[in-house]
Amino acid sequence: MSAYLDHAATTPIRPEAKTAYVKTIDLIGNPSAIHQFGQSARRLVEEAREELAKAIGATRNEIIFTSGGTEGDNLAIKGIFWSRIAEDSKRKIIVSAQTEHHAVIDTVDWLTRHQGAEVHWVKLDENGVIDLSALAEFISQNHERIALISLMWANNETGVVTDISAVTALSKPFDIPVHSDAVAAFGHIPINFQESGLSALTFTGHKIGAPVGIGALVVARGLKIAALQHGGGHELGYRSGTLDAAGASAFAAAASVTIATLSEKSTRLITLRDRIISSVLAIAPDARLSRGDAPALPDNAHFTFPGCSGDSLLFLLDQAGVAVSNGSACQAGVAQGSHVLMAMGRSEAEAASALRITLGWCTTSGEVDQFLAALPVAYQGAKKAGYTV
Amino acid sequence: MSGGVDSAVAAARAVEAGHEVVGVHLALSRNSNTLRTGSRGCCTIEDSMDAQRVANILGIPFYVWDFSERFKIDVVDDFIAEYQAGRTPNPCMRCNERIKFAALLEKGLALGFDAVCTGHYATLLTDELGNLELHRSNELAKDQSYVLGVLTQEQLSHSMFPLGHTASKAEIRAEATRRGLAVAQKPDSYDICFIPDGDTAGWLADKVGQQTGEIIDRSGNVLGTHSGSHSYTVGQRKGLNIGRPASDGKPRYVLEIRPKTNQVVVGPQAALAIAELAGSKYSWCGKAPENPQAWFDCEVQVRAHADSVPASAAVVGEELVIKLNEPVFGVAPGQTAVVYVGSRVLGQTTIDRTVSAVPVEA
Repeated sequence: MSAYLDHAATTPIRPEAKTAYVKTIDLIGNPSAIHQFGQSARRLVEEAREELAKAIGATRNEIIFTSGGTEGDNLAIKGIFWSRIAEDSKRKIIVSAQTEHHAVIDTVDWLTRHQGAEVHWVKLDENGVIDLSALAEFISQNHERIALISLMWANNETGVVTDISAVTALSKPFDIPVHSDAVAAFGHIPINFQESGLSALTFTGHKIGAPVGIGALVVARGLKIAALQHGGGHELGYRSGTLDAAGASAFAAAASVTIATLSEKSTRLITLRDRIISSVLAIAPDARLSRGDAPALPDNAHFTFPGCSGDSLLFLLDQAGVAVSNGSACQAGVAQGSHVLMAMGRSEAEAASALRITLGWCTTSGEVDQFLAALPVAYQGAKKAGYTV
Repeated sequence: MSGGVDSAVAAARAVEAGHEVVGVHLALSRNSNTLRTGSRGCCTIEDSMDAQRVANILGIPFYVWDFSERFKIDVVDDFIAEYQAGRTPNPCMRCNERIKFAALLEKGLALGFDAVCTGHYATLLTDELGNLELHRSNELAKDQSYVLGVLTQEQLSHSMFPLGHTASKAEIRAEATRRGLAVAQKPDSYDICFIPDGDTAGWLADKVGQQTGEIIDRSGNVLGTHSGSHSYTVGQRKGLNIGRPASDGKPRYVLEIRPKTNQVVVGPQAALAIAELAGSKYSWCGKAPENPQAWFDCEVQVRAHADSVPASAAVVGEELVIKLNEPVFGVAPGQTAVVYVGSRVLGQTTIDRTVSAVPVEA
């Protein structure tokens, strides 16, 4: 018996997505070809585009297919930065947060080291929530020099949700584009691109039950971005490369079923999540829920366990057939101390004691039972092994 | 599992022997340069992935455990401090003593494991009373019992060395090939893993800076200047850059490093001959001698890749004292002397002091 509770890493494929993928993968024809084969394939891509636009609250021409979240973040941040600085060389500042995914942080870091960008990391509280008044003050004082703002919709480690509309309300008077990495949020909480006031939004398929390798960047009409990869001029010239009809169809199918069932899924997962939170805190009274009282995703429970190494907990749970995560980026299998927790002011030891439990569309109550049954032994063992880093 | 061929075959043999095996790769550095570009070390990303691939083929779970902070404190910082104290440390020995058979073993035991199994070339035997004994590997050219000399009876009882009974390294490579392990032909790593380019003097200069000082003879006459005493090791001949030749016309060697006065002492090769070694940080590997205060015949090895020499040893006061039957050249404080009786490792000491075989003369 096993329990898969690492859905934020990737979630099992939805049957609807698999059906769409298998149906489409047999079709012949490059969607950019002019003959009837090509036109049939193109039709599937465009149907998928419309379906995704509807799922995210955008118009069809705002959907740019990508290979996934990392590409989407790179395209948005570099593309907007280069376009904005080309219009006005003063616009060097990228506003972002140190709790972002590495796809954002490392992109911003690269731009500062190689492209003359300057970065302003927003102020965060101990739960990782953005200090909006400090952000408002920074924007009002530096708006002429800001190229873009990039802040994630929900944090992939802690599940903390950002008030994106409040951010865009601050940037709107100065016409500063705001990008949001919504990879962790899409499919878990309601998202409407148009209503959000965003200029760009990244989301991806495999977090909602589509295959790995297909994602999309939403680019608001009127926003100019520079392309990162050049070639056949696909996707309005923003992203050259042969279109993936099967991936797009599967992505759209997964998105449609996810959005159609969003509220019932949320209700179900919140019940499971809250049971996890109260049980974990009963089993390990010194454990700390990372998000505190901040608003958070329904599928995420992220803790630190003082005196334990996250990798010991993960190992012992894995041996008991329970798959969870340390929640942080891995480099060749090494769980690094969570940069998200460090950005929230936690110590390195705390950052290395994290465990992330994430639920998905197919999570059962039995899987949660199995996790909670295995945790006491794992917690005692990890406590005994201590903090060994 | 370092990602090399030895630990791969050791794991394979442990699996085949029916043990429940979990592959663990130690992350010993957070320095991305070492991780990304180090080709000589043993903890690059590539090495980790090689180890994981072997574990996949063997069908065993695999994890990377981060011991970088412990490694930094217990091995890297110790290495720097020893050089600063004018001593010549052996970091692999420290790593075995404090990381692989200490921190890793403790963590493993706490997590429910019984033993640490490594690809060291050494043999564990049990005497008639059931005591564990560490012996040299059959493959003397690869024998690594020296770097395991710090292990205690307790540590030996939680250790496995499946490569001890091995005819040759070629046999291990052939076995890896036969088992379909992609690391079969991977080159051996020789250098200190945390100094990826092999330039120990440059690495130390980077860490502790360089301060010029005097090169003197044993009478205290100043012969020249050096650019940092930690760049020198006892027994070194090249790179002294002393303009004047010695009075006897023979080459001069580094005899001693005096960190307090930042002086490097040089002299004739004959003055490198050491007759006696002693150290207070000694330990017995397995069962201790019945009466260690009584002199006993043994052999002693002072370097990982040196021949052992006949000697007699005894505990005198606080020290393990080793009298060499024939002089040994170029032994420095900080090195480890491992004491053997036949093929068995009896114990070891970190060398605190040496006694020259010839009287002092400049």
